[in-house]
Amino acid sequence: MSLHPLRVGYVPLIDAAPLIVAQELGFAAEEGLGLELLRLQGWAQSRDLLGTGGIDAAHMLVPLPIAQRLGLGPDYPDFDLVMFLSQGGQAIAVSAALETALRAAGHGFAFDDPVAARDALERVAPAGLRVGVPFPFSTQAELVRRWVRGSGLAARVTVHTVPPPRMAAALAAGEVDAFCVGEPWASHAVETAAGALLLAGRSIWAAPPEKGLVLTRQFAEARPEVTGRLMRAVWRACRWLDQGGNRGMAADILSRPEYLNLPPELSERGLLGRLHVSAQGEVRQFPDFIRFHAGAANFPWRSLAALLGRGIALAQGLDPARAETAATAVFRTDLYRLHLRAAGADLPGASARVEGAMRGPTAVASEKGQMILGPDAFFDGATYDPASTVR
Amino acid sequence: MARLSVLIVEKDRERALRIVDGLAGSGDHDVTVISEESGLARRIAELRPDIVLIDVANPSRDVLEELALATGPLDRPVAMFVDRSDEQMTRAAIEAGVSAYVVDGLQAERIKPILDAAIARFHLFHKMRAELAATRAALEERKIIDRAKAILMKARGIDEEAAYALLRKTAMDQKRRVADIAQQLVMAAGLLS
Repeated sequence: MSLHPLRVGYVPLIDAAPLIVAQELGFAAEEGLGLELLRLQGWAQSRDLLGTGGIDAAHMLVPLPIAQRLGLGPDYPDFDLVMFLSQGGQAIAVSAALETALRAAGHGFAFDDPVAARDALERVAPAGLRVGVPFPFSTQAELVRRWVRGSGLAARVTVHTVPPPRMAAALAAGEVDAFCVGEPWASHAVETAAGALLLAGRSIWAAPPEKGLVLTRQFAEARPEVTGRLMRAVWRACRWLDQGGNRGMAADILSRPEYLNLPPELSERGLLGRLHVSAQGEVRQFPDFIRFHAGAANFPWRSLAALLGRGIALAQGLDPARAETAATAVFRTDLYRLHLRAAGADLPGASARVEGAMRGPTAVASEKGQMILGPDAFFDGATYDPASTVR
Repeated sequence: MARLSVLIVEKDRERALRIVDGLAGSGDHDVTVISEESGLARRIAELRPDIVLIDVANPSRDVLEELALATGPLDRPVAMFVDRSDEQMTRAAIEAGVSAYVVDGLQAERIKPILDAAIARFHLFHKMRAELAATRAALEERKIIDRAKAILMKARGIDEEAAYALLRKTAMDQKRRVADIAQQLVMAAGLLS
């Protein structure tokens, strides 16, 4: 039987794993799909190819389709996010100069304490602290803003876009003092002795949605059958990635020349949650550093769309209430329910919730009875209760 | 009318020069080329170009996206990714592999000749690159087929012509390409040896 070809764009990061695994381990073929995986060089390119029909689906920063809907990009057909591909996987790194200053001030680089790291940085950081992020509309930008909010750092931090493969070089050259990026690019900076890892993204926010599967609304609605097959293949790949013992093999597949083209040892760090935080080889274990499936990680909560839409609106000077409502329409919980029920996905009773309310795993009502969500807390205990228009 | 200042961000010197040549035919502009990706934002702030041309696949585009957003509406060096009103031009540019960032308020009729020239140059480059890739692939296949023939000649004691005929017949029977059959044979021989 010949496979239905689909062109899917990805940017080389460990969180592209669900798409690569779906193709390489046959989850796509089981659904009758042959994925033509196109390695892209950045997020603007991904957006432009999806917007002009150069690809059918994209591995994309979760806030990017929201920014599109808010009118912050070129005039393309509407994008929809149909499921999350990953949660977490980001790390904050500081330059070698800041590492030295932090150590001198007694900071121990524990990797999991945002308050201690922020306080220490506040004591040693220069007046202007330039922080690199991969794109203006990224979970990384949201993490950095949340981390410094209300602290003495807030007024000193400026956020700058740096393409992830250039992060280490930008840190070494002093173009930025710190950065927040997805793996393997934070580890790459440690490997090249450009800096040290200060914090895991998940230490700031326990469940930060990082990448999503994004299609044009036109495609998702005109071709529901193919959309469903793609979602099921990717969902099964996500499940496989979170089953015990599979991450090492995933690192081997991802590292191949045609995909990330890196030593497997480097991709493995984030996937296994064993990060080298400094060039001296200090290792920190961070369980669930990146999640692909567990805790209903794939379900695109409408409340998360509103939260991220609000963050973008505040940063860009747009009306936050309107942004929350517009953002909510981007996350297609309806398509998630429609297409993944058949694959056996358990589905929560609600499609929106109070974000940041779960300090630990929490049971909620679902179609099959009960499902375990969370934790999803923010380090500072903040919660976000979406407006009624979102629910 | 003031001359337009056009900035080209391109690492490959040869390619940059060809784009510059291409633009010369579209009018009298001040053209600058930046090959270095570091400090791109600072250079653009200094140069204040009217138009920036950059490969769609250049990772530094994401830096330009930020510039297009970050500055105030009155002093933005780079306002929008091509002209919102001209969807066709956007598509043509992206298909050709070029993206353009244009200062806000610049009239479409001043942008169009420049973008048309850039699109033509980028198309030419894609064609050359595709031809080069095809040549390389053909060479690679040639090598594999030669190795497969050698394996058959040794294993079956036949001459080169007969070895090729056998490969071709197998390919036809299986409705596959000769190069694919050769590839399988070379791989199987590698496993058995």
